[in-house]
Amino acid sequence: MTCTEFLALLDELMDGTVAAETRTQLEEHLGGCAHCTVTLNTTRKTIEVYRSNELYELPKSVRERLHQAIVARCKNGC
Amino acid sequence: MSTIQVTGEGEQHPDVALVASAVAGDVQAFEKLIRKYDRQIFRIAQHITQNREDAEDVVQDAFLKAYEKLDQFQGNSKFYTWLVRIAVNESLMRLRKRRTGKMVSIDEDIETDEGSVPRDLADWSPNPEQNYSQTELAKILRKTIQGLPPGFRVVFVLRDVDGLSTEETAEMLGLSVPAVKSRLLRARLQLRERLSRYFRSKKAGEK
Ligand SMILES: [Zn+2]
Repeated sequence: MTCTEFLALLDELMDGTVAAETRTQLEEHLGGCAHCTVTLNTTRKTIEVYRSNELYELPKSVRERLHQAIVARCKNGC
Repeated sequence: MSTIQVTGEGEQHPDVALVASAVAGDVQAFEKLIRKYDRQIFRIAQHITQNREDAEDVVQDAFLKAYEKLDQFQGNSKFYTWLVRIAVNESLMRLRKRRTGKMVSIDEDIETDEGSVPRDLADWSPNPEQNYSQTELAKILRKTIQGLPPGFRVVFVLRDVDGLSTEETAEMLGLSVPAVKSRLLRARLQLRERLSRYFRSKKAGEK
């Protein structure tokens, strides 16, 4: 397996949707390829860091204002 | 129109009852739907428009549009899927307004060299985010994702931040499943490559 072939299956590997046989091949490639090991680990970390940090918080005051505006117009039949 | 029964697990999604009550005129039921999803809609709108005012408008308009068309909503798709689809369209409309003359579309397939075999292969420190304050980190993450094309950003946010399936994401964006997969891979790899600048482990003597 080449690095390009490995990369093509990276998402399936991370999402756990890869067939057992393919997984073994991927793991074999990882065992001998430091580049792909780094790519896999840091890509995982990328997702984790985006998942655990809210970048666009909706402030409470804005939230309430939006709610009131939406509901007021809904009650008027829009 | 015949009613489409969602068979399978036999369990009805809680939104189905809320939507039915809202259609029957229960505004409180609709309020529950707003409270349930407003933060996610705001986040998606911010990622697409990159403008706070626009994102707030999108939240408002998406819910109002959904309310108006609620009787047309078919139970064969999830309410949230349908709502996101409305919000994505509203967001793109606003983005186009701000960038007149520039093509803005979700299905625009941007070919980039990035996303093929990664160039920067430096490993990261064990917990690289700990080298930054919460504010600094958020700034880095925002700046990094803003460098991606809108169609990549939104796929990444729906799949990896919101945790939706490839199929749902495809339905929300009106894209094919392979298109979502290819964008997701490139988005992930591009973000990874760009974050390396901040997260790579420093060799001794490096500052
Ligand atoms: Zn490799």
